[in-house]
Amino acid sequence: MQTTDNYMELTFPAHSQNEAFARVCAAAFAARLDCTIDELTDIKTAISEAVTNAIVHAYPARSGKVLLRGSINGNTVRFEIQDFGCGIENIEQAMQPFFSTGNSAERSGMGFTVMQSFMDTVAVHSQPGQGTVVRLEKTILSQNTECLIHA
Amino acid sequence: MQKTALHTLCIALEGELDHHNAPALRRKLDAALDRSRSGLILDFSRVTLMDSSGIGLLIGRYKRAKDRGGKLYVQNVSPHIDKLFRMSGLYSIIEKL
Ligand SMILES: Nc1ncnc2c1ncn2[C@@H]1O[C@H](COP(=O)(O)OP(=O)(O)OP(=O)(O)O)[C@@H](O)[C@H]1O
Ligand SMILES: [Mg+2]
Repeated sequence: MQTTDNYMELTFPAHSQNEAFARVCAAAFAARLDCTIDELTDIKTAISEAVTNAIVHAYPARSGKVLLRGSINGNTVRFEIQDFGCGIENIEQAMQPFFSTGNSAERSGMGFTVMQSFMDTVAVHSQPGQGTVVRLEKTILSQNTECLIHA
Repeated sequence: MQKTALHTLCIALEGELDHHNAPALRRKLDAALDRSRSGLILDFSRVTLMDSSGIGLLIGRYKRAKDRGGKLYVQNVSPHIDKLFRMSGLYSIIEKL
């Protein structure tokens, strides 16, 4: 049965090459829940969104670090993506589809919407000037897990 | 609609379409768009992951194609990436073949 709790913590600089690193680590951490490939892709995509936001938006004028924490309780995996950057003034507005403060014409403003559609829960805490924490949660109810429980 | 795309250059994308990989891909696609007046067909068979950076990249390429009188098409989009296309309304500007 999947009752043993587990956790992990990672710190890395806010550099874009760490986006792939972070999502692969998160997927490997979650994989012990016997997720389907689709569920792992959901997790990878949501982690990619939150980590990319920390890299793109949090540190406009300086370098900084990103923290990725993971924990597993029963069939639920939780992640926290934290930065110590500029923070978000208006979280409700930031989470609206198509809202972006990105100065590049290449930002769609869909990051939070993607997180919400691929995870069960998305919670954002932010203090302007202090940083941002994004909490993502997903419960894995795949048939693989059922099989293990009955084995 | 298949006819429209018949003489359009097709490019097979590969790997993960994220923020880190976006600039290099943007340069390649923009160079291709400058050569192909009718636009581009993007084949997604070998794209293993895409996030909102990919959505932004595609919107940008759509605009560039449109400015040159061309269009953007996609094919072989996986169910996961199809979900991203639908939630962002990309199919209203990029035709699925
Ligand atoms: N870690 C963060 N620090 C500071 N601001 C943030 C952070 N994450 C998000 N934001 C703000 O929230 C807005 C919306 O984020 P979201 O990911 O939805 O869109 P985006 O990043 O602007 O565009 P996209 O993700 O489509 O490339 C951002 O434009 C930015 O203003
Ligand atoms: Mg984003």
